[in-house]
Amino acid sequence: MTQHYTLAQLDAKANTIRKDIISMLEAAGSGHSAGPLGMADIVTALYFDIMNIDPKHPDWEERDYFFLSNGHTVPVQYAAMAEAGYFNKAELKTLRKLGSRLQGHPERTKLPGLENTSGPLGSGLSQASGVAYALQYMDKQPHRFVYTIMGDGELNEGNIWEAAMFAGKYKLSQLIGFVDRNNIQIDGSTEDVMPLEDLRGKWESFGWHVQEIDGHNIESIIDAASMARAITNKPSVIIAHTIPGKGVDFMEYDYHWHGAPPNHEQAKEALKKLRTLDGKIKAGE
Amino acid sequence: MSHYPLRDNLFADDVAQEPTRAGFGRGLKKAGEANERVVALCADLTESTQMHHFREAFPDRFVEIGVAEQNLVTVASGLARAGKIPFTSSYAAFSPGRNWEQIRTTAALNEQPVKIVGSHAGVSVGPDGATHQMLEDIALMRVLPHMVVVVPGDSVEAEKATQVVAENGKPSYIRLAREKTPIFSTDESPFELGKAYVLREGHDVSLLGTGTMTYQLLKAAHLLEQHGVSAEVVHVPTVKPLDEDTILASARKTGRVVTAEEAQVAAGFGGAVAELLSEKMPTPLKRIGMYDRFGESGAPNELLDYFGMTGEKMQTVIQAFINTTPQYHREG
Repeated sequence: MTQHYTLAQLDAKANTIRKDIISMLEAAGSGHSAGPLGMADIVTALYFDIMNIDPKHPDWEERDYFFLSNGHTVPVQYAAMAEAGYFNKAELKTLRKLGSRLQGHPERTKLPGLENTSGPLGSGLSQASGVAYALQYMDKQPHRFVYTIMGDGELNEGNIWEAAMFAGKYKLSQLIGFVDRNNIQIDGSTEDVMPLEDLRGKWESFGWHVQEIDGHNIESIIDAASMARAITNKPSVIIAHTIPGKGVDFMEYDYHWHGAPPNHEQAKEALKKLRTLDGKIKAGE
Repeated sequence: MSHYPLRDNLFADDVAQEPTRAGFGRGLKKAGEANERVVALCADLTESTQMHHFREAFPDRFVEIGVAEQNLVTVASGLARAGKIPFTSSYAAFSPGRNWEQIRTTAALNEQPVKIVGSHAGVSVGPDGATHQMLEDIALMRVLPHMVVVVPGDSVEAEKATQVVAENGKPSYIRLAREKTPIFSTDESPFELGKAYVLREGHDVSLLGTGTMTYQLLKAAHLLEQHGVSAEVVHVPTVKPLDEDTILASARKTGRVVTAEEAQVAAGFGGAVAELLSEKMPTPLKRIGMYDRFGESGAPNELLDYFGMTGEKMQTVIQAFINTTPQYHREG
């Protein structure tokens, strides 16, 4: 069902998704900015190139699965889903509001197309492992894949490593994880709060195939996913190095934007940066 | 009132006994035979929790998780997303004891039909001591929206309950015991989710039991009868949803209520009945169970006696309750 886009078109979509993230967070008045902006390229690559999905038929029985584990970054998923046609973009402005299908953290039962409920950290990889186990061993559907994105701060959770051990033991080769390696969490830098390195070595020692990529290079993201699908004897993880707040200079690298939304002036400024690709283009000034 | 057949020789020394977990083991295998979507996951306690029967019958549908209870229920949630009906088992102290948030988010809020089976619950686990004697699980699970909570009274009922829970489509908790306990029900006794059953009629007091405490209440009622007290015994295997009609009808008839459970009375089964009565029909209530304390090591029967959960000990407590408490009749 995948429609093919050029890399330039995918970059443009990621930029649109960033603008939508800013607008929806401003309207919500609460929520997380840095993570969603940093993950926009990965999520764009997943929804518009990598995953076999049908936005008009969210429960299509041949679809790939996507489990967002770090649920606080869900604005990027909502923005991508709206862009892909799961629902109308106008609904993005209802984020976090009473009666909305777009809950502050994703709830499966609220919105068709969401595969899981998450927010409390650490359980997405396990849930994805459960689906991958069913596909590989019980239902024998080797052509379907399960993708999940974890935050790097989330890797502090023990549940992640329980799942890593499980997926390694059972060689869940249809399971493909991304780590959004943006080096921040709420209390500061990941390496100050709870060091993660040697991160590659940790995953490898649990029996995973590991790739490290630039999480803003959509071609690299697509290539890495393609490589991961070709690995048939172990689960794969793609450590994607990203810049938190990517695309909005005053948010980039600043962990204070981990859990904060922009106010009206900040949103206006951010949208201008994104519209002009940080001054590189004049259109839309 | 539906008829509930009881065994004949209930109070004989040689009454048939079996652990409720054994009934679960048989029930799970039958559920697996009836529905190929039923799968099982265990956290390194496959024989203790009696899942080995299922594992042997359906090796391709059994998943060993290792000592990782958070992963146990979250992998199950994923299997449920892929269309399976996963049963997870461990000791209740660890599941739902250790992984409550994962159950809350990925099973209950996510509305996945993950079945949490907590084995070795209650003080009757015995010598292992307080760390392994789960007493808070009824409270933990019944407070979760969407969650069904079942505490089978004996092994025969546990077998039926497991098959029913497999098909109910909901996140569910089944609480089991390690030790052999008397079998009071028969193959013909009914089990329906959300139903309580009057096992014995009486007019002086309603004795409401869940799990294996129902048998001890039957025994207490038998002893009370010898002292001229007419006790009604109501078996409540489903703590959630609670059969409000049957409980209120019995309370209306007898005017006094006693609950019994091998768990913390606070927020447990006694707590659930207290909520119901205080809102819908205030009635004098005595809860039997654990009062704000942990268990300790000992032989199972010694512990039940020490903590006042045998029929004999309950009889004394119930008699004192009746002697000191007015009866709130609401009919006749």
